[in-house]
Amino acid sequence: MATPKEMMTTWDSIQFGAVLPSFEDPKNKVRSKFNSFNYKVADWRVEKPVFNRNLCIDCDFCWVFCPDSCFEVEEVVNKRGKKQAKIVGINYDLCKGCGVCVEVCPTPIKSLLMFSEFVDNDDALKQWPKKEDKKD
Amino acid sequence: MKNITTLKEFACTPDRFNGGHRLCPGCAHGMIVREVINATDDDVVVSTATGCLEVCTAIYPYTSWDVSWLHIGFENAAAGISGAEAMYKALSRKNKSFNPDKNVKFVAFGGDGGTYDIGFQSLSGATERGHDFLYVCLDNEGYMNTGGQRSSATPIGAHTTTSPRGRVSYGEKNRKKDLTMIMAAHGCPYVATATPGSKHWKDMAQKAAKALSTVGPTFINALSPCTTEWKFKPEDTVEISDLAVETCMFPLYEIEDGHKLTINYKPKNKLPVEEYLSKQGRFSHLFKPENRWVIEEIQKEVDRYWEYLLRREEAGV
Repeated sequence: MATPKEMMTTWDSIQFGAVLPSFEDPKNKVRSKFNSFNYKVADWRVEKPVFNRNLCIDCDFCWVFCPDSCFEVEEVVNKRGKKQAKIVGINYDLCKGCGVCVEVCPTPIKSLLMFSEFVDNDDALKQWPKKEDKKD
Repeated sequence: MKNITTLKEFACTPDRFNGGHRLCPGCAHGMIVREVINATDDDVVVSTATGCLEVCTAIYPYTSWDVSWLHIGFENAAAGISGAEAMYKALSRKNKSFNPDKNVKFVAFGGDGGTYDIGFQSLSGATERGHDFLYVCLDNEGYMNTGGQRSSATPIGAHTTTSPRGRVSYGEKNRKKDLTMIMAAHGCPYVATATPGSKHWKDMAQKAAKALSTVGPTFINALSPCTTEWKFKPEDTVEISDLAVETCMFPLYEIEDGHKLTINYKPKNKLPVEEYLSKQGRFSHLFKPENRWVIEEIQKEVDRYWEYLLRREEAGV
């Protein structure tokens, strides 16, 4: 990643009509180096959310409430032939670790949980709380 | 108008507001902006008044916007967007527009400082001239970008750096300006309030879609809880917005053609305002015995306003 100072242009070399083009290739949606999508805010984070695909019901609440747009979605077609978004993962370059996604997750055992930044994702999945048997 | 029915379908929209901006973790601005500009498939031109959103999404040499974005001063976001809209109209009349087969929507974002106080005259002027644009006020109840000074959106009793709490003072003394009603009085075809609450994502997205498809000046007042200056944990943003609606501190309603009021969400059992106030550090001093009367005053004011809305909806005026 180029440092911000290297990326800065002087006023005489700025493109006419746009100071900061966010796309290199607007038709194919190739984002340029000026797009903050390519900036990393990961060092703001103390705790990270870990995503458990097996428990996810694809309600997409985390997608809509994430302030940093860091949930990666994939368009799939469901059984009824309607298109729906499937959560694939978290972009850890953009996540600031606010924890909103964990709060809004509606599954009985949350499919998103906060773990310390230093815990490996695979280890975190092993530590996931198990479903407690009902004791009547 | 984009048909927004289920979240699963809505989430297929490609994001036009990218992460990597430097808003605080848990800031509601990001949620609101994403929902508003994803609520249409047309091209969007955005202008942003100076404030948290403008400062954090356009730190040179980075930009977070995948749409055309206009940098503008504190006081003239509405004037800037009305100029862009007038230019677009004039160019398309002369068949000189950049891509004639596409619709272009014009959206202005302003914080509450840039809408309630400083940008109010340009917003009022643009509304009066009848330009076709949507103005979204991101209401975080103070000048949070510069360290939390009071604005005319700050509610009674809130602690800010220019209305501090102390032995004598109980915080802000003036009541919050009712900007939504003022904008409705301008005769806007569509005026609404919205919050990023967990039950209300659809409400907000549909309001944005409706406002964008309405011809003429439209206005959305969106409550945006501020983790830094309201003093709550970043993960509680959605919960606080929910409580604001459940306690009727920030009721959700829309006004069409300047008079027809519809309440979009009526809480089944209205919670006392303490529930909302106790979650936030800026109101913590109100729970001292000598300041208890302020909470009662707030409750009275909230009840009065809710009653007013209910009666106005019933009367249909």
